[in-house]
Amino acid sequence: MCAENLKRRSEFEWYIEPTGKMHVPVIIYADKQLIDAMDDQVYRQAANVASLPGIVKASYAMPDAHWGYGFPIGGVAGFDPEMGGVISAGGVGFDIACGVRALCTGLTISDIVPRKAELADALARRIPAGLGSRGKLKLSLSEMDDMLVGGAEWAVERGYGNRSDLERIEERGKMKEAQPSFVSDHAKKRQEDEVGTLGSGNHYLELQKVVELYDELCAKSFKLAVDDIVVSIHCGSRGLGHQVATDYLPKMVKAAQSMGIELPEKELACAPIKSDIGRQYIGAMNCGINCAVANRQVLTYLVRQIFSDLLPKANLVLLYDVSHNTCKVEQHSVQGQTKKLYIHRKGATRAFGPGHPSLPSDLKVTGQPVLIGGTMGTASYILVGTEKGMDLSFGSCCHGAGRAMSRKQASRQWHGKDVIRSLAERGIIIRGASTRGVAEEAPGAYKDVSAVVEATEKAGLAKKVAKLEPLICVKG
Amino acid sequence: MSNAYWEHYQHPADMGIRGFGPSLAEAFEQAALALTAVITDLQTIEPKEKVEINCQEQDNELLFVGWLNALLYEMATRRMLFGRFKVKVENGQLIASAWGEPINVNKHEPVVEVKAATYGDLKVKQDKNGNWMAQCIVDV
Repeated sequence: MCAENLKRRSEFEWYIEPTGKMHVPVIIYADKQLIDAMDDQVYRQAANVASLPGIVKASYAMPDAHWGYGFPIGGVAGFDPEMGGVISAGGVGFDIACGVRALCTGLTISDIVPRKAELADALARRIPAGLGSRGKLKLSLSEMDDMLVGGAEWAVERGYGNRSDLERIEERGKMKEAQPSFVSDHAKKRQEDEVGTLGSGNHYLELQKVVELYDELCAKSFKLAVDDIVVSIHCGSRGLGHQVATDYLPKMVKAAQSMGIELPEKELACAPIKSDIGRQYIGAMNCGINCAVANRQVLTYLVRQIFSDLLPKANLVLLYDVSHNTCKVEQHSVQGQTKKLYIHRKGATRAFGPGHPSLPSDLKVTGQPVLIGGTMGTASYILVGTEKGMDLSFGSCCHGAGRAMSRKQASRQWHGKDVIRSLAERGIIIRGASTRGVAEEAPGAYKDVSAVVEATEKAGLAKKVAKLEPLICVKG
Repeated sequence: MSNAYWEHYQHPADMGIRGFGPSLAEAFEQAALALTAVITDLQTIEPKEKVEINCQEQDNELLFVGWLNALLYEMATRRMLFGRFKVKVENGQLIASAWGEPINVNKHEPVVEVKAATYGDLKVKQDKNGNWMAQCIVDV
């Protein structure tokens, strides 16, 4: 993207004046290098979002933004229902509430080293992952509805975790707006035996080591120290979420047409929040969020079982669970007025600052932990939300490195076997993926996650707490 | 080169698929091959079982994505891969047969699961020689 087309408002904030059909400006948070490398399509897509009805403040792009479909990946936008604001199935995406959770293990590197290969094998064998895998649970239709209403709370009530886990999930792991009657039988059928499965693509289960702390006090409060072992799980709402999006996109294209909403592209399919189709999608999409957090909760249970069999002194405590592809109802200040807005985050992380009323008491002091996943060969980061971020981006920040290269390019450039070998030389064990899958996910196919995190901190969206490096990576 | 073929094209996060054919139906068949080739090597799939797929939409573009998503639904719920397709399109109604077999991880070595066909970069059009092209981005 050519920086000359943008107005630089500060070192890390780039601004595009509203022109044509845009109701609000576009604001991109990034440093000069990230802007130079950013696809022009981010500019175009963020400007398209700025033209949707009822958008307030700005159409934002996070430092890891890249070309998506409809919204850019790394796009954040808030809509006011009182101003004809819309909800967009395309703006949430197909993997509803795809997200990351991190678990502290109470172990340090010296506990892991002698058992590393054994642990990698057990995780790969016992965590259902990849195309066609099935979970251990098979849900009947009525159990499915209970899961969609209860989310992670449902999983905990079924014995897949502790009550204390719920404190560390956004909205305590249960979206109250979920309405299973608005989820199709197709979507439920697709989820029948996918609860507790990892999926594939960029999803992973990693064992990571804390290598550096940036904020000692906050790290202490998050119970993180150098050499600590952390488990990180990246996955989403599986077949149910994909099917909810698939079902509602064509409905919203038609609704937009009939209600006179001009869509710059079909993937921006949306409907007024205060319309029948809007309300139905909200009910269904929240089931998708509940499905994703229930899924990560059941996976957590499986991981705890594996650790308890192999390293019984481990105690896996949930640090936090974040969702990336969501639309949530939140209170934000707009021109001095507190408003109830529908905040779309497409490939962006909620990053609420200290004192936010939705956080549990201990996190009210620090702010919300923000988990940024790297690639199978690069660092992950734990950040914390800031007060300033609430104003800058509705309390949102980046979600990962973001791809720098297409899958096709990556599989031409690298051989999976070479990637696995060079990672092994660095002490990183890869399990589970096909060799072409590894090549497509090669670390070099992603942007530099450290640069993304640096820009995120310098823009004021979130603050760095800890850096982690991978030891074991299980892919689907 | 026959004028029925498929290709992948680059998209930074996901994958673009494109089918070409002398008729709309053949372009749709080719695009289904392109979709499957995102997941696995087409040569590994044996046409052991036949599944019927029907869908309907108001225009060719919505029908195209509807077709691919109906196929993904059958793949997901039957845990099958399909390597041969026969499509008929009449008045916005699509009737198709897909031949394939249950997923076998060792045999098919699936690379990635496709979550959905999207409206991103969606185009269905006929060129001046009457040949059809159908494309979109798939979410992986």
